[in-house]
Amino acid sequence: MKPFLLTLFVLFSTHIIFAQVKKAPAHKPVASKNRIEISSASKASMTNGQAIYSQSCVSCHQPDGYGVQNMNPPLIKTSYVLGDKTRLITILLKGLSHQEIDGNMYQNVMPSHDFLTDQQIADVLTYVRNSFGNKASAVTEPEVKALRAKK
Amino acid sequence: MLNLKTHFLSNFKVSATKIAIPVCIALSTLAQLSNAQTAVKNAGLKTPEGFSATILASNLGSARHLVVTPQHDIYVRLARPVNGKGTLVLHESDGKAVVKSGFGNYGGTGIYIKNGYLYDSSNEEIFRYKLNAQNEVINPNAPEKIVTGLISRFQHETKSILVDDNNNIYVNIGAYLNSCQEKDRQRGSMGVKGCPLLDSAGGIWMFKTDKPNQQLGDGTRYATGLRNVVGLDWNKQDNQLYVMQHGRDQLHDIFPDMYTVKDNANLPAETMYALKKGANAGWPYIYYDPIQHKEMVAPEYGGDGKKSTTEYLEPAAAYPAHMAPNGLLFYTGNQFPEKYKNGAFIAFHGSWNRSPEPQAGYFVVFQPFKNGKPTGQWEVFADGFSGSAAQTASGRAEHRPCGLAQGPDGSLYVTDDSKGTLYKITYKKS
Repeated sequence: MKPFLLTLFVLFSTHIIFAQVKKAPAHKPVASKNRIEISSASKASMTNGQAIYSQSCVSCHQPDGYGVQNMNPPLIKTSYVLGDKTRLITILLKGLSHQEIDGNMYQNVMPSHDFLTDQQIADVLTYVRNSFGNKASAVTEPEVKALRAKK
Repeated sequence: MLNLKTHFLSNFKVSATKIAIPVCIALSTLAQLSNAQTAVKNAGLKTPEGFSATILASNLGSARHLVVTPQHDIYVRLARPVNGKGTLVLHESDGKAVVKSGFGNYGGTGIYIKNGYLYDSSNEEIFRYKLNAQNEVINPNAPEKIVTGLISRFQHETKSILVDDNNNIYVNIGAYLNSCQEKDRQRGSMGVKGCPLLDSAGGIWMFKTDKPNQQLGDGTRYATGLRNVVGLDWNKQDNQLYVMQHGRDQLHDIFPDMYTVKDNANLPAETMYALKKGANAGWPYIYYDPIQHKEMVAPEYGGDGKKSTTEYLEPAAAYPAHMAPNGLLFYTGNQFPEKYKNGAFIAFHGSWNRSPEPQAGYFVVFQPFKNGKPTGQWEVFADGFSGSAAQTASGRAEHRPCGLAQGPDGSLYVTDDSKGTLYKITYKKS
């Protein structure tokens, strides 16, 4: 092997090792990403929300919240999930179809979930807004109630 | 493993220049070698003994259906145009396929060559292009519009096409609802009486190949009760059209008191139908249970999870639920061993609606046929498109098989519409 290539090779190899050394301690915060650190999202809300998610949301939005490409939108860090709570609650109450979501279109419709109680909608939205790497304020029962009353 | 790493890292700190660098070189070389080997080995696929897979092209775009000409040109349809080209023309030589041109500023799925014409479809229209003796498109900028105004409403909007020996073109018009409910996919919502969308969707329509600007009413509804068909091919042995239906979704979500999560993941089969004119496969009134082998009355239309019927066309074969059959090809070549002759290859794009159960599919299956009818158990022919078992289970697949075609020498071509990979699978007697 030519000396120049060898030097490159060595540099590259040591780079990999150093990257590993550097990466090792960085593992911890990644692991704790899923921990709930939002004071307004109570533990009960998160537990109930998770149960509702597994019952009513998981088949389209998937266990990891990634959704299905071109079919069902992801719930991870999208403006629809993290943004305006009024819009988000309304989607659960009334459903949504064929709207552009952060620049993408999706084939399937979001059916209305108005069969869920105000508390259930608050819980599942709180869960979604604080799972899959999301971090946003809780949704409360009175917020859902007010919007449902508006119709 | 961890211990070893720590040990190695502490060594590295102690005498960085003397020990670590040669070790690094050795490790790095090894890593590169094994990377190169796994990347190249059989194109990342698992195929039966004697078969081998190669990658002819990558990053083509969302590569859907395709055709291969005797001159080794490959026409690939893209779901969305890339640089304004919805159909790519590749030429294959020396184990590679290179894009030489493209045409048609419309995305879509369907493509077919017959009697000197290339036909392709957008999600609403069908076009045809005259070919020269070398099967090259003569005027890529001036297609004839054969059919226009087909229904395309977000769900099941792609149009697959096929031309028979009598100048008829067949096209799938997918149903734009999951199960024809009053409110699509809503829990407890019942089926619309008579499911009026079947007038203009949820079936296979037949048009003439040589009449311009035909509308829905100019065609014939060849078969109905088909929720969505993407894979279709003509079975030359029993001289009829075969289609693969995507079965319904969300039994559990919509009727949680009747169906468990597991029921949803397993019950509504993906089905193969042999169609004759006037056939009715029963959607949305039934789904096919692949375990009991019964046409089950859909819960939207009075079913209770137990009621069955025999009113509709029996599937020719049934496959596990939700795996999304997107390509069907009857193998008529001479390269593969005898058992493959006149059997069917099916590309299963992979599931999403089995969730939270592990996802499935992402492979090409072989269905043996005898005397023009499916016989015996299907088998996985080419697997590994997803990248790993974990990627299959999560549905985060690397590649997703979609279109199938047979080359002039009997090789099998497979497209991947996720990363735009074009695979070629060949057989060599040992």
